[in-house]
Amino acid sequence: MADRWRLPLLTLLGLVMLAPYIWMLSASLKATDELFRASLQLLPETGTAWIENYGRVLREVPVAQYLLNGVVMCGGILFFQLLFAVPAGYALAKLRFAGREWVFGAVMLGLLVPPHVPALPLYVAFSQLGWLNSYAALIIPSTISVFGIFLFRQFFRSLPDELIHAARLDGMSEAAIVWQVALPNAWPAATAFAIFSVVAHWNDLFWPLIVLTGTEYATPALGVLHFRTEEAGDDFAALMAACTIMTAPLILAFLFAQRRFVEGIATTGLKG
Amino acid sequence: MSDAALAPAAAAPRRRLGEALGAWLLTLPAALAFLLLLLLPTLAAVAMAFTDFELGIWPPLWIGLGNFEEMWEDRGFRQSFRNTLVYVGLVAPASVLLGLGLALLIEAGARGRAFFRAVFFLPVVSLTVAMAVAWQYLLHPTIGPLNAMLRALGVAAPPAWLSSSDWVLLSFSAIGIWEQAGFNMVLFMAGLTAIPRELREAASVDGVHSAWERFRLVTWPLLGPTTLFVVTITMIRSIRVFDTVAVLTRGGPNKASEVLLYTMYTEGFTFLRLGYSAAITLVFLVIVLALMLLQTRVLDRRVHYG
Repeated sequence: MADRWRLPLLTLLGLVMLAPYIWMLSASLKATDELFRASLQLLPETGTAWIENYGRVLREVPVAQYLLNGVVMCGGILFFQLLFAVPAGYALAKLRFAGREWVFGAVMLGLLVPPHVPALPLYVAFSQLGWLNSYAALIIPSTISVFGIFLFRQFFRSLPDELIHAARLDGMSEAAIVWQVALPNAWPAATAFAIFSVVAHWNDLFWPLIVLTGTEYATPALGVLHFRTEEAGDDFAALMAACTIMTAPLILAFLFAQRRFVEGIATTGLKG
Repeated sequence: MSDAALAPAAAAPRRRLGEALGAWLLTLPAALAFLLLLLLPTLAAVAMAFTDFELGIWPPLWIGLGNFEEMWEDRGFRQSFRNTLVYVGLVAPASVLLGLGLALLIEAGARGRAFFRAVFFLPVVSLTVAMAVAWQYLLHPTIGPLNAMLRALGVAAPPAWLSSSDWVLLSFSAIGIWEQAGFNMVLFMAGLTAIPRELREAASVDGVHSAWERFRLVTWPLLGPTTLFVVTITMIRSIRVFDTVAVLTRGGPNKASEVLLYTMYTEGFTFLRLGYSAAITLVFLVIVLALMLLQTRVLDRRVHYG
């Protein structure tokens, strides 16, 4: 196909795709009264309005706190997901034991259940235990990823048995083999899973909205929602500045490791 | 027979037992978490759907299909169900076609591949809540750039996209398509790279010269499994629409953008009618399961190209 019309077409579609980002950025640089005139000019009339907008966000929104909460939540979830899923995936792929088919059946069954289904009883349990409004409430329900077990099982199956036999002959325990032999050899699967997990939980609103009140443990998603409904009102300039700040971290991470992100999502796409 | 020959035979069962024990130890943490955080809560949610459970009122009563009967008569729920169907019906086909188109367009040439792939993929890694707010500005009736553009083009009274009950669902669908097209594009690109280039070249040699004919005869049939997969995944992802609605309209105006998961959320966590909410969750689960079943059925039966 000739680039003569491929590139212009892609550029046009790309501009449509980028429109929300372009206008978000543009609005975050403008003064409020300029926004209300609804001009179609992208660049701001005054060069200093952005200081006020971003200044207001940084003064009124605990940005660092939200980002930290997001990092703690995603880090905690990923840590436990790996801790649980990697050994289980290894056992399912490489070891023979009674009940293996049952465990694998449970994994396949678990893959069918969206996370919204166990949410109600989990909420009741957490509220009875007095665990709402905590990092524990954000992290614990997502620590089991049947998809992770499935992904690692598939990947470990293709590891050569000789590798594992050799490790056993060296006197390594099965647990040591999991973390020191199997996992380092499953790096592509691990990165893909990590990206999938972090993107999903960083962006999630459903569960944080259920278990959190107030802003102390609020994630970036909840923080933006809170600023919009409680504080910003009609100040779209400050609101867009807040959105820009909160969207930036993950987008920057994506731009730095673009190929890994795309591959990660492509391999994990089946979870949806 | 010497001892040396007997030793391995006696060691084998012991080793197998050791292997099984080790395997169970490795699986135990995951099994416990699975039981406590997934299996039991899911079963509890199913059971709750048949009770009148409300937070603070104990004990809940078993009311059989009561919740489902109420749902059937609840106009709010029917509206929500209908809205969800419309949303899925618009977002799934449009974002699949757009994703396919983008993938083909990007794969058709060498220049700008990584760049455009990144551009279209951006919504997947953007904070949904923040982008929903950006869309709110873009679609704002008076100060929004979209309506400013429409007015400049001579449209006297452009719609109030998110606060008009005629347009709100369509607006959400547009946002949904924007969100999902890049995701589908990546899946299609993965599917396209699996098709051997020689096949298309062979078609060229055989006299299939137009790009469209090559697509129709070679690429499209070979993309069959990928397409089916992308279609189901997109439908399942669309049924889950929640964030944008929760942030922008809370189901309004007048329930015009009420969707399944948002209804489930308000019934359960705002009105604390957990039994009724669980029943809605069950409807949601049944739809998701039906889609997955359909996918495996069709995959098993029809899409066999080797």
